[in-house]
Amino acid sequence: MMNAAYIHIPFCEHICHYCDFNKVFLKGQPVDEYLEYLDKEIELTLRNTESQKFNTIFIGGGTPTALNEKQLDKLLKTINNYLPAAKDYEYTFEANPGDLSYEKLSLLHDAGVNRLSLGVQTFNDELLKRIGRVHRAKDVFQSVDAAKKAGFENISIDLIYSLPGQTIDDFKETLSTSFTLDIQHYSGYSLIIEPKTVFYNLMRKGKLPTPGEDVEAAMYELLMEEMDKRGYQQYEISNFAKQGYESKHNLTYWNNEWYYGFGAGAHGYVNGYRTSNHGPLKKYMEPIKSGDLPILDKHKTTIKEQMEEEMFLGLRKINGVSISHFKEKFNDDPLRLFGDEIQAHMNNHLLKVDGDEIKLTRKGCLLGNEVFQSFIK
Amino acid sequence: MNREERLKRQARIRNFSIIAHIDHGKSTLADRILEKTNALTSREMKDQLLDSMDLERERGITIKLNSVQLKYKATDGEIYTFHLIDTPGHVDFTYEVSRSLAACEGAILVVDAAQGIEAQTLANVYLALDNDLEILPIINKIDLPSADPERVRNEIEEVIGLDASEAVLTSAKAGIGIEDILEQVVEKVPAPTGDPDAPLKALIFDSLYDAYRGVVAYIRVVEGTVKVGDKVRMMATGKEFEVTEVGVFTPKSTPLDELSVGDVGFLTAAIKNVGDTRVGDTITNAKNGATEPLPGYRKLNPMVYCGLYPIDSAKFNDLREALEKLELNDSALQFEPETSQALGFGFRCGFLGLLHMEIIQERIEREFKIDLITTAPSVIYDVVMTDGTEMKVDNPSDMPDAQKIDRVEEPYVKATMMAPNDYVGAIMELCQQKRGNFIDMQYMDETRVNITYEIPLSEIVYDFFDQLKSNTKGYASFDYELIGYRPSKLVKMDILLNAEKVDALSFIVHRDFAYERGKVIVEKLKELIPRQQFEVPIQAAVGQKIIARSTIKAMRKNVLAKCYGGDISRKRKLLEKQKEGKKRMKQVGSVEVPQEAFMAVLKMDDTNTKK
Repeated sequence: MMNAAYIHIPFCEHICHYCDFNKVFLKGQPVDEYLEYLDKEIELTLRNTESQKFNTIFIGGGTPTALNEKQLDKLLKTINNYLPAAKDYEYTFEANPGDLSYEKLSLLHDAGVNRLSLGVQTFNDELLKRIGRVHRAKDVFQSVDAAKKAGFENISIDLIYSLPGQTIDDFKETLSTSFTLDIQHYSGYSLIIEPKTVFYNLMRKGKLPTPGEDVEAAMYELLMEEMDKRGYQQYEISNFAKQGYESKHNLTYWNNEWYYGFGAGAHGYVNGYRTSNHGPLKKYMEPIKSGDLPILDKHKTTIKEQMEEEMFLGLRKINGVSISHFKEKFNDDPLRLFGDEIQAHMNNHLLKVDGDEIKLTRKGCLLGNEVFQSFIK
Repeated sequence: MNREERLKRQARIRNFSIIAHIDHGKSTLADRILEKTNALTSREMKDQLLDSMDLERERGITIKLNSVQLKYKATDGEIYTFHLIDTPGHVDFTYEVSRSLAACEGAILVVDAAQGIEAQTLANVYLALDNDLEILPIINKIDLPSADPERVRNEIEEVIGLDASEAVLTSAKAGIGIEDILEQVVEKVPAPTGDPDAPLKALIFDSLYDAYRGVVAYIRVVEGTVKVGDKVRMMATGKEFEVTEVGVFTPKSTPLDELSVGDVGFLTAAIKNVGDTRVGDTITNAKNGATEPLPGYRKLNPMVYCGLYPIDSAKFNDLREALEKLELNDSALQFEPETSQALGFGFRCGFLGLLHMEIIQERIEREFKIDLITTAPSVIYDVVMTDGTEMKVDNPSDMPDAQKIDRVEEPYVKATMMAPNDYVGAIMELCQQKRGNFIDMQYMDETRVNITYEIPLSEIVYDFFDQLKSNTKGYASFDYELIGYRPSKLVKMDILLNAEKVDALSFIVHRDFAYERGKVIVEKLKELIPRQQFEVPIQAAVGQKIIARSTIKAMRKNVLAKCYGGDISRKRKLLEKQKEGKKRMKQVGSVEVPQEAFMAVLKMDDTNTKK
């Protein structure tokens, strides 16, 4: 069993046009206070549990690296206090190219952070501007250099494709530029227009020229091909890594295992309970003041839901769902439980059963939702 | 009550309706009258009180009729009993309007001080004149900046031929002139004539079904008196019942001992089926009843048919129950089971018009929570076969092979449109497009024109009214009446999805328009049907001949390639939503087709006009 924790830092110096995560403008926010309460939340949550070591810790946002050095130091201390690292742990910080000084990087590295995930999105400066990012392509090179210098040996970048105005050639160039970075891991996401974003409003006014389904599919195929050529193995719908550098943290999600979620708006899944924290800072901090957990919603998953989730999360992995693992976990056979669905998708060449593994075909990767939704009954 | 008292009371009864073109302020005026007669405390006052169905409020139209009893103390010091009877405002319901007018002695004719007389105003005035009503014209919305009451007064006199010299200038919205109107009602609307001791004659002008009381018949007593316990007979159906309750609406339902000549109220008699209380029928005593019914009764025949199918085929029986319940309240609704290869089991339903159809469809989805596929509306075609036999076709997929048909006749209507003369060109163009024959054009005054066309009903039931409105910036008004059947060169157009004929998408089209419509509909379907996991060809065919084709490309990518952190619930919700979306589609062969696609034939003209 893995021990995993996610910590949310909801502050950003700029808000990107596509982002709908829980975040606020950094300026004027009670950041120090927030870090105090975060410390308290973690302490409260773990107070009555047996002491445990953590295999993966992931600090996401927002922009965790928007914190100043003093604040970072405070956060790192909290983590070291309550979330001791297990052997072979993975400890990731999300970061923005541009706000990574060598000093900050060293601070992180010295505190045990051993993985960086950079929000690069694209190497086309025009597109970066259009999607509301403030960093530019050259900042990425500087940040990666500095990170390597500071001792980081596991660096990941996020790329987004199907951006408004983006062409296949743009994306091709972004990919080939990115390969000069010599890093270990990639996440390639397609742009999704979510409500309450700048892009959503533009779309509703008909002013967002997205490339459309055909181009999006071509970009995804290009991504998979290029990654394969460069020796990055696809291990999940959107994730690619050099051998041994798959993200342990994200795999806990897809393996449908427990993880803690700390911080405003964070989600956790522990002992069968899915929880979500209050998002707004005030609402998050208030209960902690009086010694309560800042939980907005708590749902006990039924066995049925757990089995469904095992399927639709597990199938996101290229190795798919292990039949023997499923049997061990739920004492039931997925081929019996979901026989009709699996057969139908096999007939349509979306799924295959390969020894112990039920997994998506290449076509299935492109049409994953068609498969996933059928496991929800 | 004795005869004397009844007669005395009768002399102070005034029964009237308000007639108006839609939007001329009928409902607002009704509200003001209710206020002035203190029928309601202000707490009970909701805007547009007489329109009580949710759907009516939303659409701003009256579907079910209401009547209300009001007490008014006139300036002569006497207290009068008013019955205000509401009328539906849409051409689909002309017959109901005529029956509710038959329950009155007078009508307030509301004319908009800016817009003047409209097609519906005229239609309703003629109905009122047919029923010998005293008409009190009033000119409403005089507080509008564009109001021109004197022009409208002239128009009423010249166009309708009514004396408008005493027409009250009013603003129902601002509460101006309401008392003058009420005084005119007292003065000009005749008291009901009729003998309270004669055999009962009560006109049914509407009915509704109440789960506890059975059918509630809305009646106007014309002759005689009816009391609880009386045995009564419906003269058209011959059914007999014992009266369990009589009363009036104030507007709350208020039981009384009896209803006598001139009263407008309700009657219940443990009647299970609304079909037993047909609008226009006469109620009389079971023994020694009247020999002649009141004039004007006719059975309503649907003009427009369509197929209603549950998206979830397991809900067929629920749909039957829903239709049966709605039928209790709506004797004009007809339905019988039918089967479609594409859609499975459903019902062929007949409606008075397109609005009636939309209302029923919406009520089934809203009140009974059954997601429906509605096929495109069709009229009834008369088909004469080469062997001389005749058949009626109300479902395009039932149209026989072209070789076996000698000729097809379709229903025509006389359409009357009224508009400022700037729009004459636009109207005539639209009517030509809709295969209309020009009949007449008359200037009502220097700027307003009355245009008459004969147009196939099938063209009207599509989107004629919407297009008329949009082509005339909303200025044109419209009314129509059925004038009979005429031969037309009609052919059946079949639609094939993935090389399979989808019977529910077939429609009848004039031969000269077949190519163009075929092209438009395949493009429209391509827009409306989402991509599937495989490529889907769409073809339009007349007989064996493919006349248009298009292709829905295969779905290329549908996978959530985004990291939601650990928010699994959100992923689940997204997948559930996609799955739910699919449930609202109908599996036709191997293709998932959304509801809207079955109405694509109705949307064809949007594409035309956008060219």
